Amino acid sequence: MSPPLMGVEGGGQGNVSLMASSASMDSISQKGLGLKERNYLGLSDCSSVDSSTVSSLSEENKINLNLKATELRLGLPGSQSPERDPEPNLLSSGKLDEKLLFPLIPSKDGICSSVQKAVVSGNKRGYSDTIGGLPEMKGSMFSEGNWMFNAAVTDSETQKSAGQAKFSGNAGMNVMLPSGLSGTQPTTVKDGPTKASQERAHATNGTSHNHNKVNGSNNNTSPPAAKAQVVGWPPIRAYRKNTLATSSKNNDEVDGKPGPGALFVKVSMDGAPYLRKVDLRSYSTYQELSSALEKMFSCFTLGQCESQGAPGREMLSESKLRDLLHGSEYVLTYEDKDGDWMLVGDVPWE
Amino acid sequence: MCLAYMMNYFPEEVLEHVFDFLASHRDRNAVSLVCQSWYRVERFSREKVFIGNCYAIIPERVIARFPRVRSLTLKGKPHFADFNLVPSDWGGFVLPWIEAMARSGVNLEELRLKRMVVSDESLELLARSFPNLRSLVLVSCEGFTTDGLAAIASNCSVTPLGELAIGDADAMVGLILVLAMITPKVALTLFLMELDLQENEVEDCRGQWLSCFPDSCTSLVSLNFACLKGEVNLAALERLVARNHNLRSLRLNHAVPLDALQKILMQAPQLVDLGTGSYVHDPDSDTYNKLKSAVQKCTSIRSLSGFLEDVAPRCLPAIYPICLNLTSLNLSYASLIHSSELIKLIHHCSQLQRLWILDCIGDKGLGVVASTCKELQELRVFPSDIYGVGSAVVTEEGLVAISAGCPKLNSILYFCQQMTNAALITVAKNCPNFIRFRLCTLNPTIPDPVTMQPLDEGFGAIVQSCKGLKRLSLSGLLTDQVFLYIGMYAEQLEMLSVAFAGNSDKGMLYVLNGCKKLKKLEIRDSPFGNVALLADVGKYETMRSLWMSSCEVTLGACKTLAKKMPRLNVEVINENDLIDASSDDRQKVEKMYLYRTLVGPREDAPEFVWTL
Repeated sequence: MSPPLMGVEGGGQGNVSLMASSASMDSISQKGLGLKERNYLGLSDCSSVDSSTVSSLSEENKINLNLKATELRLGLPGSQSPERDPEPNLLSSGKLDEKLLFPLIPSKDGICSSVQKAVVSGNKRGYSDTIGGLPEMKGSMFSEGNWMFNAAVTDSETQKSAGQAKFSGNAGMNVMLPSGLSGTQPTTVKDGPTKASQERAHATNGTSHNHNKVNGSNNNTSPPAAKAQVVGWPPIRAYRKNTLATSSKNNDEVDGKPGPGALFVKVSMDGAPYLRKVDLRSYSTYQELSSALEKMFSCFTLGQCESQGAPGREMLSESKLRDLLHGSEYVLTYEDKDGDWMLVGDVPWE
Repeated sequence: MCLAYMMNYFPEEVLEHVFDFLASHRDRNAVSLVCQSWYRVERFSREKVFIGNCYAIIPERVIARFPRVRSLTLKGKPHFADFNLVPSDWGGFVLPWIEAMARSGVNLEELRLKRMVVSDESLELLARSFPNLRSLVLVSCEGFTTDGLAAIASNCSVTPLGELAIGDADAMVGLILVLAMITPKVALTLFLMELDLQENEVEDCRGQWLSCFPDSCTSLVSLNFACLKGEVNLAALERLVARNHNLRSLRLNHAVPLDALQKILMQAPQLVDLGTGSYVHDPDSDTYNKLKSAVQKCTSIRSLSGFLEDVAPRCLPAIYPICLNLTSLNLSYASLIHSSELIKLIHHCSQLQRLWILDCIGDKGLGVVASTCKELQELRVFPSDIYGVGSAVVTEEGLVAISAGCPKLNSILYFCQQMTNAALITVAKNCPNFIRFRLCTLNPTIPDPVTMQPLDEGFGAIVQSCKGLKRLSLSGLLTDQVFLYIGMYAEQLEMLSVAFAGNSDKGMLYVLNGCKKLKKLEIRDSPFGNVALLADVGKYETMRSLWMSSCEVTLGACKTLAKKMPRLNVEVINENDLIDASSDDRQKVEKMYLYRTLVGPREDAPEFVWTL
């Protein structure tokens, strides 16, 4: 698709257009298409980044663009857009004038290259890798009302050259799990990125959000299997997620091998000669888990045992079994990732 | 001109009769704006009321305006609540609505709720208060248990013979009238025709809710309990089906095994819509043979779903006879059917108009769909492997094949591994009739893997080609450019979902300025901030709602907006650090949800929601 024709209205926007036109002249020469670039907001925007690289596609993707149709009218809310005329009307409300007419310094070249760098450097980059390229643009291009991002660009450029992905506070991976989910039942593979991003999110709270924070965890090098789980992505209803998880659990049992749905943890009972492993995903309530464990360990004589557990604990993966149901001396506990012994049952099963 | 002049002299009954032909609530809304007398006639004659945002108005005012309301549709939480972005006690309670209607003596016959919190208490009140309740449809709701369903099933009420309203002939078949004392065990009048539970989170109380349908209940037309997790009394179910001869739609849950299904189908060959439970049996058994012959008698089935949790692929051939007539097929929960089996099944389904399937069908399977299902209008391809260890997926190839093979396609939801601009451009050329186009790349910011470009051009082609596009969801690497295209071309767009997209405020501005018909805009994790938010504050009164989370909007801007626009509720949701009056205005807002309202800030907002 050939890029939209965005026109610079020479006189229409006052002195602002001078800088804008010079910027767009640059981009036009980049494009080499000889098209008049119209810029409805009086700014040269980053879209020319894409325009310049899209020219290769224009051969096979000719779509006739109606000049009139490309003008974006800004009208009163709710009004139908009247016939578009070549004179773009800025907001009738006029609130926007000052800030938007403020020109962008065409250091977008820097942005162009950083965008391209981010996306070109690998085939099929994992999500975490691509997101590394974007937020520095986001973070630098728009603090409140600040359209002069030259300084910020330089900043991000130097930081980028250090080769680390950065995140502004809220953009990018929002891996903070909602309350009630944090920390108790993540799989071991997810733990790394989850923890790191929690730290990151905490670190950015309360401080200026305009700074780009250096990402401590090495997102660029995380293995594909340990792709960080973004809250709410992919956008599937919770009901569907839960239902399919149950199905995949059934499938695993049928196949007899641990599939993506299985979550095995070691269970030890005080005084038992050996430990067992259970798949947490095959249960849906604490009740089920504890009755299953009870059955599993019923062959052992239940006695009073005070011995402390086995050495070599993995994160979150050991429980000592004590039998709640029968009112004997046993309760279920587990060690969470902070190394604290917790009573099973406090946190919602999910 | 002349006709309009004459219309004023028509008696109101005539106007009312004319308005009867207006089915859509939008048409009725338009008509009621014409003049005072039309407003009056319309409001007294409106029976079906649609409330897109339950907090835009209070129930008392709805009832006051539409006293003859018989059917109410309510929507509660914002759409992103589906994806765990809205804390669970945010709101959306139906109880106040039921209470108000009960107090006012509304003759409620139908209640349809989406994304609302429905307590057992509400269901009990509903059952007690509305003797003519015929239809209850709950979609993506939560807060109730099977005990609440038992209350609906029992539907205790007494109606003296004289006041009995004769409804549809269907509803009256087999009706038994008993004047008796009110006890749950005694059969009473029961009008319930439809109980439809779609994808709700229901707590199972191990009660026998299905057995609570009294023997006199013979009016059921539609029963869908596929989302229930617990066991059901199979004998009660079979008896229920046997005595409800008008049953057209039956969707079972996973706890109903194949042998029960076979018995049910023997009793209900008139079914039009069937949802199986689990589908596992020995294909060499007697039961399976009986199932095959039962299925062959079900010549009316046009819609099939289910295959929940357990599926034995070798039992699938039993349903091949149904497939020939199917117009709607939902296999999106059948994760245990392999793509080869799916393909075999699809080969029989040449009349399909709607297909919901998992991505394990693969691009090749979609090719088979494309060559077989020429009548296809709606396709949804869901991801089967949510935890991301990368097994079967679909790519742009599948989508292109579908677009080439299915010219009537107008609605798509497509979860895929990757997408290219070239593919989207091709799809746009092949299918200019899209009304809904939702694309979701599993990696939310993945570029076009061939050119490494953002997907701006692809989506641009879609909006330019599909002039009737009403709903769009974007994903993949996207810059401000795609929003420029959307603003320029998507003139009919009503709902837009944005995630991890854009570079600057301009993106959001393009959309707000260009899309005149925009009703719902939801944005997450995108760099849109205060400038975009405050550019055109009046716009938000033309929209139902705006959601922005993990964007660059600050508290100060939200306050400014709230101050300027008193008829908007600007809700700030901060779960982690509570925002209050002492917070710095420059602090970014984690989640903001604003919506137009006639009734000011809601009173049931929890602690972490602050209406500015």
